[in-house]
Amino acid sequence: MTNASVLEKPTATAGAAIDCNIDKIYYGKFLAVRDSNIAIEKGKITGFIGPSGCGKSTVLRSLNRMNDLIKGFKLEGNVHFHGQEIYDKGVDPVVVRRHIGMVFQQPNPFSMSIFDNVAFGLKLNRFKGDVEERVQHALTRAALWDEVKDKLKASGLSLSGGQQQRLCIARAVATQPSVLLMDEPCSALDPIATRRVEELMLELKNDYTIALVTHNMQQARRVADITAFFSVDISQGGRTGHLVEVGPTDQIFDAPQEKLTKQYIGGEFS
Amino acid sequence: MAFQLVLPDSKSVSQAPSPLAYAVDRTFFYAAAAGALAIILLVIYILWEIGGQALPAIGRSGASVLVNTQWDVQNSSFGILPQIWGTLYSSLMALLIGGFIGVSIAIFLTQDFLPHSLATVFRTLIEMLAAIPSVVFGLWGIFVVIPFVRPAADWLHDAAGFIPFFSTSLSGPGMLPAVIVLSIMILPTVAAISQDAIGLVPYKIKEAAYGLGATRWEAILKVILPTASGGISSALVLGFGRALGETMALAMLIGNANQISLSLFSPATTLAALLASNFPEAGAIERQALMYAALVLLAITLVVNVAGTLILLWTSRKMAKA
Repeated sequence: MTNASVLEKPTATAGAAIDCNIDKIYYGKFLAVRDSNIAIEKGKITGFIGPSGCGKSTVLRSLNRMNDLIKGFKLEGNVHFHGQEIYDKGVDPVVVRRHIGMVFQQPNPFSMSIFDNVAFGLKLNRFKGDVEERVQHALTRAALWDEVKDKLKASGLSLSGGQQQRLCIARAVATQPSVLLMDEPCSALDPIATRRVEELMLELKNDYTIALVTHNMQQARRVADITAFFSVDISQGGRTGHLVEVGPTDQIFDAPQEKLTKQYIGGEFS
Repeated sequence: MAFQLVLPDSKSVSQAPSPLAYAVDRTFFYAAAAGALAIILLVIYILWEIGGQALPAIGRSGASVLVNTQWDVQNSSFGILPQIWGTLYSSLMALLIGGFIGVSIAIFLTQDFLPHSLATVFRTLIEMLAAIPSVVFGLWGIFVVIPFVRPAADWLHDAAGFIPFFSTSLSGPGMLPAVIVLSIMILPTVAAISQDAIGLVPYKIKEAAYGLGATRWEAILKVILPTASGGISSALVLGFGRALGETMALAMLIGNANQISLSLFSPATTLAALLASNFPEAGAIERQALMYAALVLLAITLVVNVAGTLILLWTSRKMAKA
C-alpha cells in the first residue's frame, strides 16, 4: 500500500494534471493505439476528436486505468498523474480511479435511489462528513437538484436519459476528484439534453480538469479549450489509432497544421 | 387464391408465398397451440384426479389433517403436520446451505475469477449434478454422508446438546444427512439461474462501479448482487420448490419417523417420503388420506413455483427498463 498512498499527496506540477506519453497500446496482439503524447491541462477542457476506431476512447480510458478491466490490455509508455506514474508496479488501479472520475457514453445509474447513487462514491471512500450536504452540492453542481430534490428516494432509473446522465455526473463529482474523464457523454442524449450537459461542463471546468471524448466536432468546438485530433491507419491492414495533432481549439479548427486534420475538419472523411 | 399485389409494368420478381407455405404456417400454429393446450389440460386433469380421490378424506376429516400429528392406519386417524413440518424444515435448511453455496458459485463463475473456458467446464459439471438420479443420491447419502457426518454430529451433541439443533444424537438416517444431500441436489438449479441473473446485469453498470473506484468485492456486493437480486431470489425460490418435491433421496435418508423436532440429528419425515413409503401397502381409506397429503404437497410447490416465476418476470421487466 505504500505506493498507493503516494497518490493521496499529489506533488505540484505546473500546467498538466495528466501527462500522457503512450507509445503503444495492445489488446492481446492487436495494436490499438500508437504514439500519442498529450497533456491534460489543469482547469481546462481537452477535447478528443477523430473518426471511429481512432483510439480516442482507448486513450481516455488509459488515463484512469479503466482499460485494465479488458483482458489482454497492455500499455507501453507512461501516464503521469500530478507527476506520479500510474502504470508503476504496485499502483492499485482502484486508487487511481478514486482520484480520476469518469462519465460514460451510456447513462449508467445504479438501480438504487437517486440519493444512494450520488452517495455511492462517498461511502466507498469512507467519507465521514455530512453526506446529505455533499449529495445536495453534487446534484446542484450537476444542475439536477431542482428537478430531483423532492424525490431523492426515487430510483435513479426513473429519470429521463438526460437527467440520468446528469445524475452520473453528480455521482462522479460527489467525491471531488481532481480530473473528470468524459467518454462521449452526450452521444445517447437528445440535442436539448446535450446542450445542458455542455453548459455543465463549462461550469465544472472552474473546479475540475476535464478530458472529453466526442464524436461531434461541433461539441469540441463549443466546449473544448484544447483539441486533440486522432486518426487511424488502415493502410497496413491493421486499425491502429494515433494522435495527429493537438493544440488550442481555434487553431485546430481554423488553421490545422496537418493535412489529415484539415481533411477531417473539412468533412472529407468521418 | 392468396392475396396478391398487382402493380403496373412491374419487373419485380416479388410475389405472394405459395399456398403450401401458407398451409405449413397454419399447421405449425395449430400444432404448437395443441401442445400448449395439452399441457394446461394435463395439469388440470392431474389436479382433478388427485382432488377427486382425496375428496372422501377431505370430507371425513377436513382441515384437522393439517394439524393432527398421528398417522394411525388402525384407527383411520391421519395427520400430516409432522410431514408438513419435515418438508418445510428440510427444504428451508437445504435452501440456506445450497442457496449460499449456489450463489457463491454463480459469483465465482461469472466475475472473471476463472478463465472463460474453465468457467464453462465448471458450469457444465455443476449442471451435471442435476442429471444424477435421485436414488443414487440416496445411496451415496447412506453409504458416504451418514458415516462421514457421524463423528461431527456425536461431538456436537456431546458438546452443545443444549442447543435445540443438536439436542438428539444421530442414530443413522435423519434430518442432517437429508439436508446435506438435498442442498447438493438444489445446487444446480440455484447456481444456473443465479448465473443467468448476474449475467443480465448490464456491463455498463459494472463499469460505473469500477469507474468510481470500487474494488472487485465492493462492485460485486454493493452493485452487482443488488442489481441481480430479483433473479437471485427467484433462483432461490425455484431451488426451494425443487427441495419441497424431492422424494426418493429423502425417503432413503430422513428416517421416516413421525415426529416434529428442531434437532438436525433426529429422524423425521416429509410429505413426499410419506407418499413413497406408504402407498404400496395402503388400503382404500389410507389411500384417500395419502391423496389428501399429495394435494397439500402439490399446493405448496405450486405456490412456491408461481411466486418464483412472478419474481423472475417482474425483475426482467425492471431490467428491460434499465
